[in-house]
Amino acid sequence: MSEIGIPRLGLAAILFGALAFAIVPLFVPTYQVSILTEVLIYAVLAMSVDILAGYAGRTPLCLGAIFGVSTYVTVYWTSTMAGSPYVGMMLGICAATLVAMVFALLAIRTTGVYFILLTLALGMIIWGICLRWTSVTGGENGLRGNVRPVELAAHLPFYYVVFAAVVVITFAMWRFVRSPFGLTLRGIRDSDSRMRSLGYNVSLHMFIAFTVAGIFAGVAGALYAMFNDFVSPSTVALTQSVEGLLMAITGGAGTLFGSFIGALAIIGLENAVSLYTERWQTVMGVAFILIMIFAPEGILGGIRTLLARKRG
Amino acid sequence: MSGLNTFQLLNGLTFAALLFIVASGFTLIFGLLRIVNLAHGALYLLGGYCAYAIASTTGSFFIGLLAAMVAVAVTGLILDQGLLRFVRGHELRQVLLTLGVGLVLNDMMLVVFGGDTYTVPTPEFLRGALRFAGLFYPKYRLFVLVLGVLIFILLWLLLNRTRLGALIRAGVDDPETIEAMGVNIRRIFLLTFMLGAALAGLGGAVGGAFLTLYPSADAEILVFSLAVVIIGGRGSLVGAAVGALMVGMLNTVGQVMFPEFAYFVIFGPMAAILAFRPLGLFGRTA
Repeated sequence: MSEIGIPRLGLAAILFGALAFAIVPLFVPTYQVSILTEVLIYAVLAMSVDILAGYAGRTPLCLGAIFGVSTYVTVYWTSTMAGSPYVGMMLGICAATLVAMVFALLAIRTTGVYFILLTLALGMIIWGICLRWTSVTGGENGLRGNVRPVELAAHLPFYYVVFAAVVVITFAMWRFVRSPFGLTLRGIRDSDSRMRSLGYNVSLHMFIAFTVAGIFAGVAGALYAMFNDFVSPSTVALTQSVEGLLMAITGGAGTLFGSFIGALAIIGLENAVSLYTERWQTVMGVAFILIMIFAPEGILGGIRTLLARKRG
Repeated sequence: MSGLNTFQLLNGLTFAALLFIVASGFTLIFGLLRIVNLAHGALYLLGGYCAYAIASTTGSFFIGLLAAMVAVAVTGLILDQGLLRFVRGHELRQVLLTLGVGLVLNDMMLVVFGGDTYTVPTPEFLRGALRFAGLFYPKYRLFVLVLGVLIFILLWLLLNRTRLGALIRAGVDDPETIEAMGVNIRRIFLLTFMLGAALAGLGGAVGGAFLTLYPSADAEILVFSLAVVIIGGRGSLVGAAVGALMVGMLNTVGQVMFPEFAYFVIFGPMAAILAFRPLGLFGRTA
């Protein structure tokens, strides 16, 4: 039953997690509050990756770039155009949606490794443009924004605004993957030829799933613009997409809520490692290798398997 | 805005030759082993740095080339036997594992070589320009062009005229039957993997002399190789050549006409080809 409804244990875990995210920031120093803010934002990116990787069975390597498009547009709107941050965020999300729709049109016909290759190449094109189009993006130097409104300048109020937004977003995504549409996606993941012969329009479903994932990645990117107030090509680089994917997989692909565990684990690791070494990229690469060899199901996926084994 | 002249045309061709060398290795591995080696860009860069280090200490460009090929082939051997063997048969896990390896290699090279730009030293007789038909053109780039054509011919002969090539082609189509006929397909897989890696190393050594070596060069060459293989189709040598020509020329056209959007210009034809042939021009279903 755990595939359809939420078992009681799962519900308890989710409530406990939400409560922890709500209360802990009150008792930790501001630096940790800002890390937790980052965790929440990246969890949204990881969930958007999970919609495609976990539920639709197509692993994307371009959502980090779509996330970054939203960040770029938001920052550009507030700095160069001196516009309102909220309008900027809206524009950012719209831009991300548009890019996602174009990418989706190209990518939906491919599956498996071809999908990875193609989305990787598409994402890199965005990176190339952000790096070279210096007159607009500021090239390597990036853009400093003016996104964060004064009333949210302090860490704690900003955290709670992000928290509220993420609760709403998570609920929307959860509804999305649990909807009949989400079930169809899972059907496509398991066998797209079967779904096709059952009369489902697989391409249309993939297009919508891809676009929805892009919208949520865009929302995360807009929040990140407000969080960071700065954007540079590294925000749209491959490592961004890779990090989002790593979080989704660490948490457990196809578990949605695992993304929070993944984001917490990866960002926690990143901050812990940075105390000792600058070689974060190596640590991330090693994490990827180890997870692929030893724990491809991720943390939540592993717990689920253990529980299922105990029961049955 | 100026049109293309012969000089730029040759630039496009030489870049295509380099792309072919790198992408042919990629497409061989992809075609036979079904492994999308996302560490291919890092292997390219590793080859470049090796060639730089060896060529500057020994003073011989060609020893540098050879050393780069051997070093990267050995790295390929370690990657295949040491890591990929644990995830055999899982396409997705293989891809993501090589992605991790690429990240680690790139970061380690950053530790050793720093963020500076290096150029592999070329031998005396390849320096300077050659004059023909009223045009001065760098000798070294012409050398790359010749080398690209040579590699194409050698690979074509290897695949179409030797027993090993026949086994590789048969392995692309139906590995199970080959194995049932008593051929040790694993050894052929490993050889192909090392050959593909060596080609990446050679590409790095050759490219490192005219494109220079810097920390993000691996990602750039990887994207170009991906574009080549997406256009040409998995495992096809001719596809890799056609794809490399298209990407190389388009990239040059893009750089001349729209310098800020050079990257974007490869995207158009790639999209068009995908719309009609999702498996690439010369791709076949698995």
